Amino acid sequence: MQTRLLPLRAMPSHLRQISLRAVVVWGLAGLAGCVTVPPNAGQDPRDPWEKFNRNVFAFNDGFDAAILRPAAELWAKLPEGMRNCFSNAFANLRGPSTAINNTLQGKPAEGLSDLGRFAINTTVGIVGCFDVASRLGLEMHREDFGQTLGVWGFGPGPYLVLPIFGASDVRDAVGILGVEPFLDLNFYIDYPAIEYTIFALRIVNERAELLPADRLVREAALDRYTFIRDGYLQRRRSLIYDGNPPREPDENEPEGDEPKAPAPTTPEAGGAPTGSTDVKPSGGEE
Amino acid sequence: MRISLRAAALALTAGLFSPVGAAAEVSTAAPDALVRDLTTEVLDAIRADKAIAGGDVSRVQKLVDEKVLPYVDFQKMTQLAVGRGWRSATAEQRTALTREFHTLLVRTYSGALSQVKDHKVQMKPFRAQPNETDVVVRTNVVPSRGEPIQLDYRLEKQEAGWKIYDVNVVGVWLVENYKAQFAGEINAGGVEGLIKSLTERNRQLSEQKKA
Repeated sequence: MQTRLLPLRAMPSHLRQISLRAVVVWGLAGLAGCVTVPPNAGQDPRDPWEKFNRNVFAFNDGFDAAILRPAAELWAKLPEGMRNCFSNAFANLRGPSTAINNTLQGKPAEGLSDLGRFAINTTVGIVGCFDVASRLGLEMHREDFGQTLGVWGFGPGPYLVLPIFGASDVRDAVGILGVEPFLDLNFYIDYPAIEYTIFALRIVNERAELLPADRLVREAALDRYTFIRDGYLQRRRSLIYDGNPPREPDENEPEGDEPKAPAPTTPEAGGAPTGSTDVKPSGGEE
Repeated sequence: MRISLRAAALALTAGLFSPVGAAAEVSTAAPDALVRDLTTEVLDAIRADKAIAGGDVSRVQKLVDEKVLPYVDFQKMTQLAVGRGWRSATAEQRTALTREFHTLLVRTYSGALSQVKDHKVQMKPFRAQPNETDVVVRTNVVPSRGEPIQLDYRLEKQEAGWKIYDVNVVGVWLVENYKAQFAGEINAGGVEGLIKSLTERNRQLSEQKKA
């Protein structure tokens, strides 16, 4: 039991192997380089690694089409009650993490409520299968370490697509890969077979929940990569402010005028290599 | 992503296309009252329509086309999403952009809207000075089970009353989410290129629907 308090040392060797493999996969995915990348890739200040990211994105797409989506579609065929049970139980495994992160974000009341949720659902709700706590009015908060870092004032850093996990940024990746595993109860299951099974099923379950949204994104997006990236960054920023972020300064451009840069009013900015979206009129400038 | 994106997709559609109203009387209302009445009304209308529940997406499109337009400023929406490229666009191009963007949004989201069942609208506290002309109305859409879905609206006061020009679903503003994509298209092929991409996508979607 002693080692349980030292998660880093307690990290079983098989998990270390997994992370090692993940890094290798990531490297391969990023280096694959067979993806069409727009010529101005990487000029968006939020996404300097766009070229690399697009390669990982394409790799993820391949993995999704071959393995993940078929598995998720199969999973979605389970009876609804059963799926809800799994969803609830998987969410419950994150309960302690949410409680800890809420506390770290200076919201001890929420933290305590999350702890209560966890206690109730684990016991009365039978290892989380039934979300009894919600019915009792203890609503679920979802907090993770990436958000905690954000609340502490860390910026997102560059956007980063992780293999399998998908959209992320440097700050969130620190949470997802570096901290969250140790706050997740799944990590402390001592039987590798069970641990891996749950790990895999959680990913499949999450993917199944994304099936309808995935279809919508495929229809609505002109460029899926950009659509998902911008959605992710907006969503995470909103979460850090608990759904009420201050308006971003450049959103205020009433007549489509220059958002911030007051300088380039010259109609031809020499091909505008600076990520500017200004374009030579394809017909009729005032 | 740890949100129920299915719910989000539903909410998005509900949010974007909910303003169904009984003409001018509604549009002079305060922005929060406008949003409340319209969202409630459209959710009721969808719930009551058996054909929509049966998967008839064209019914939703019709509902949207007839009732939503008076309360949404699609042109402003498009202009903001297009950003700087808008200035260099001709009048015809602007019309085409607005038309195609509008079509894309209606087509893509009416499918999800048709699946709205027993969702309820919950208003969040609204504070605005009486002289404000640009406000955000915050709401939650609450499904019968599962988490509430954040759904906010940006409205501008115009001569004809308040008009919605942006929608936020679970923290994602719609206009903001199209800006970089549109900029990318314009970078590659100019305003004409963007119009072409939008038109092409709409054509694919309508063929897909027929098939």
